[in-house]
Order: sequence, then structure tokens, then C-alpha cells
Amino acid sequence: MNATIAAMTYRAMLGRRRALLLLALPLLLLVLAVVLRATGGDDLDTSVQVLEKLAVGTILPLLALIAGTGVIGPEIDDGQIMYVLTKPIPRRTVLLTKLAVALSLVLAFAVVPGLLAGLILTGTTANVAPAFGAALLVGACAYTPVFTALAVFSRNAVTIGLLYALIWESLLGNFAPGAGAASVQQWALAVADALTSASQVDATVKLAAAVPLLLAAALGGAALGITRLRSLTITGAE
Amino acid sequence: MSVLELTGVSRWYGNVVAVNGVTMTIGPGVTGLLGPNGAGKSTLIHMMGGFLAPSSGTVLLDGEPIWHNQGVYRKLGLVPEPETAYDFLTGRQFVLAMAKLHKLPDPRAAAERALGRVEMAPAADRAIGTYSKGMKQRIKMASALVHDPPVLLLDEPFNGMDPRQRLQLMDLIRAMAAEGRTILFSSHILEEVERLAGHIEVIVSGRHAASGDFREIRRLMTDRPHLFLVRSSDDRALAASIIGDGAARSVRLGKEGLEVEAVDFARFTWLLPRVARDAGVRLWEVAPSDESLESVFSYLVEKR
Repeated sequence: MNATIAAMTYRAMLGRRRALLLLALPLLLLVLAVVLRATGGDDLDTSVQVLEKLAVGTILPLLALIAGTGVIGPEIDDGQIMYVLTKPIPRRTVLLTKLAVALSLVLAFAVVPGLLAGLILTGTTANVAPAFGAALLVGACAYTPVFTALAVFSRNAVTIGLLYALIWESLLGNFAPGAGAASVQQWALAVADALTSASQVDATVKLAAAVPLLLAAALGGAALGITRLRSLTITGAE
Repeated sequence: MSVLELTGVSRWYGNVVAVNGVTMTIGPGVTGLLGPNGAGKSTLIHMMGGFLAPSSGTVLLDGEPIWHNQGVYRKLGLVPEPETAYDFLTGRQFVLAMAKLHKLPDPRAAAERALGRVEMAPAADRAIGTYSKGMKQRIKMASALVHDPPVLLLDEPFNGMDPRQRLQLMDLIRAMAAEGRTILFSSHILEEVERLAGHIEVIVSGRHAASGDFREIRRLMTDRPHLFLVRSSDDRALAASIIGDGAARSVRLGKEGLEVEAVDFARFTWLLPRVARDAGVRLWEVAPSDESLESVFSYLVEKR
């Protein structure tokens, strides 16, 4: 970890309009939870739907994508990363610091609001809120390194990430349950499923398979990102 | 005193060769890397800066490889070409951050020293995004100088600068070199390189075309056949007279007029009007047809 890199990354992420972008989605979730609760629409079926589809299925991957790619992608695109890389700091440290910043942002803007929304909607019923809190946490730890690595590999990281999250996980996941086997969302839901007795939560992947897959995504993403950054090639305008 | 050493360095992308078998040694003082756009200058600088592995050959700084060697940056300062440099930070915050990244014992003092060096202290509290091109270039210089490196690489530092900014930066680079630093900068403008560099390396189409001080490079560039396009009232008669006089190596009767290959630039321009007058031919147009830097350079490459 390097405090200077972390501080610069936080400023780049939060200093500009991107902060509003980060804030909009979790705010929507919380407002929805409060409205549902106030209008009595917070029965367990609806609440689980909101947490599953909105919190885990949409906000988590989108924020992990924005934060995970945002901490390093733009800097690589415009060449600014050269200022950080031309220092006697191992590139592993550079990547892990950026990753930690991204993860902290996902925690603040997706995991914590998701947990709060769960508590507002379900209180302590059947452990639904903590179960989804845990799912969001492990999901964040898997999504973020994958998206950060993607940003080091490709200038089209955001597009690729969106295609994965929207097409593969959301669309294909609905039509072809088999796609769930390769879906961070389903792995995260498997964790929620295991932690709650509510029958509404149902994952297509077993916990025994989900845990190693989540670990592989988290560690694999970080390792790939480091390897790629070590050999990052900048060719310039020519 | 530090030395950059390139030995048989090539770099290719798929089937495209960007740099082809370049061997050069860059020592203390100012070295200019001269070549037309797209010649491979940036590719070379990126290899010297550790952002590109040579496909073959070695790039060493004081005997150490630069690729995959973060320790090398204690001795190396790089001023990249892109203008963007953390626009949301102020100049002072930026240079201070660079000092901290170098883990200098007193980053604050080092940052102030570097800011003073490039005369940016008065504007140091403004955001970099509000700076002019020249100021951005100087703050980038300060960031590269903050750890007082013996080697400085500058990629097209004069691009887009106005003449006054250019002179300021030249003075600064000269001062840096006078302290015994090894400085390499790239440019596609001969005059810039001539004014600043004690030593010039010419790169054309990825090849190392020439090497020497500016006098040698000048001589190489003027000692070549010069092509002129001449239009006159009687091209055929003029062609006969030029060949008869011996001031030109060849004359071709083309559609546009005469294409003359002169051996001696000065003598030819002096002789042509006389030859024309003696032959009773009226000159309409005399134009050098290959004065672009590219053609000058390609001559150097062909000669090798």
C-alpha cells in the first residue's frame, strides 16, 4: 500500500462528477427501501426481489465496474500512469493500492447501502439483511479485482464489463440457468442463500462451488492485474 | 555521471518494425534525438523509460537493464509527451506527490527546490488544468527533477510551445546539462536540436541514420544532391546548357519542367541564372523539390 497513490486516486475518483455517479444508485436503493417500508410494500417477496435484483444484481456490478476500472483505466488511457510508474515503487504495490481504494469505494457505495436497505426492508426477519450484506461483501471482493484487472488489460474495460454484467449475468442468467455457473452474481447469491432461512432466496450455484470460485475471481483478478501492470507497455502517439 | 547504452535494439509490433537495430551510447550533456514524425523516436524513449521491452537487444542504464527494474527510476527522470498531468492537483501538490512517491527524506523541501528550479513557485498553487502549455511542460520538468536524477529523458518537450517558452526551456535544459546530467530529448525540428544539443542522433524509419555534433549532421545534410524543379521559356535548350556546364549531375525533361539534380547547392544556385542568360533562356520558376526533413533524412538512410 502506498498512501500517496491512495490519496491521489481518491481525489481523482471523488473530486469530480464521478462522485455523484457513485452516489446516485445507492441513494435510489435507499429511497426505494424507505418508500416500500412506508407504504407497506415491504413483504418478504418484494424485499428479496429488491435486494437480489437491484442491490446484488445491478448496483453491485455497476459500482464495482465504475470504481474498479475508474481507479486505473483513465490514467492508463491518457498516459498519466507514467508519473506513478516511473518511481522506485513495485508495480504490485501500485496495483494493490488502487485495488484497495476501489474496494473501499464499493464497500461505501454498494455494500453498506445494500445492508442498510436490507435492514430497512426486512429488519431481522430470517437473517435476510445480514445474508445479503455478506453476499454484497463477497461479491464486491470478487467483482472489483476482476474489473480492475480488465482496466489494465483493455481500453474497452467499461464496455466489456457492462456487456458481462448486463448481457451475461442478467439476461442470459434468466434464460439459461447454466450461465449462472460462471456468474459472480450467482456465486454471491449462493452465500446469501446459505445464510438465510428465507425460501425466497434461491441461488443456482451451490455454496461449495461458489466459495472457491469467488476466491479464484478475487485472487486471480488481483494476480492478473499485477502481472499485466508489471509489463505495461506504453507506445505513445506514433 | 550516468550512461545510457543501447545495443542492437529492435522493436517490432507484429509485422511492423518500429525500431531496427539501433546501437548508441548516450553520455553526459544534451543529446538530441532527431527524426521525422513516426520515425521511432517515441518508441526508443519509451524503451529507455521502461515502458516498452525491446524485442531484441539491450537497453542499459549504467549497466543495469531498464525493463522490469523499478529501482532504475532513482537515477532516471522522465518527462512524457502527453500534456495531461493530474489536472485537478495544483502544481505544488503534484510535485510534492512525486517527491513522496520517490520516498525522499524531505519531500517538501525537494518539491520547493524543483519548483524553484523551473521558476514555477509563483504559480504553484494553481490547478495544473489552468496552466498554459509552457507552464505544464515546466511543472512536468519539476516532477522529473524532484529527486535530482543524473539522467533526464524528454519526449518532444518543445511541442506546441511558443518561442519565448521554448527559449526558457532551452535555458533550463542547458543549465541541467551543465551540472553533468545526461539529458536526451526528442524532436523533429532540426533547428531546435541544433541550438540545444551538443550531440545529435538521427533516427529515420526506425533506423539509426547518423550520429555526431550539429556540424557533422549539417554537413551530411547539405553535402547531398539537391533536387530542383526548373521551369523556363525553353526547357530543352536550358537542359543542354546545364549539362554542358557541369553544375548538375543529371537533368530530366519532365512534364512539369526540368528536374535538375545539383551536385553543389551553392554553386548551382549561383550558376543557373548565368547559364540561362548565356543560352538566352528566360527562367520562370526555380524551386527546390525535396527540402522536407523526410527527404533529407531518407538520403542519410540510403547512404548507409
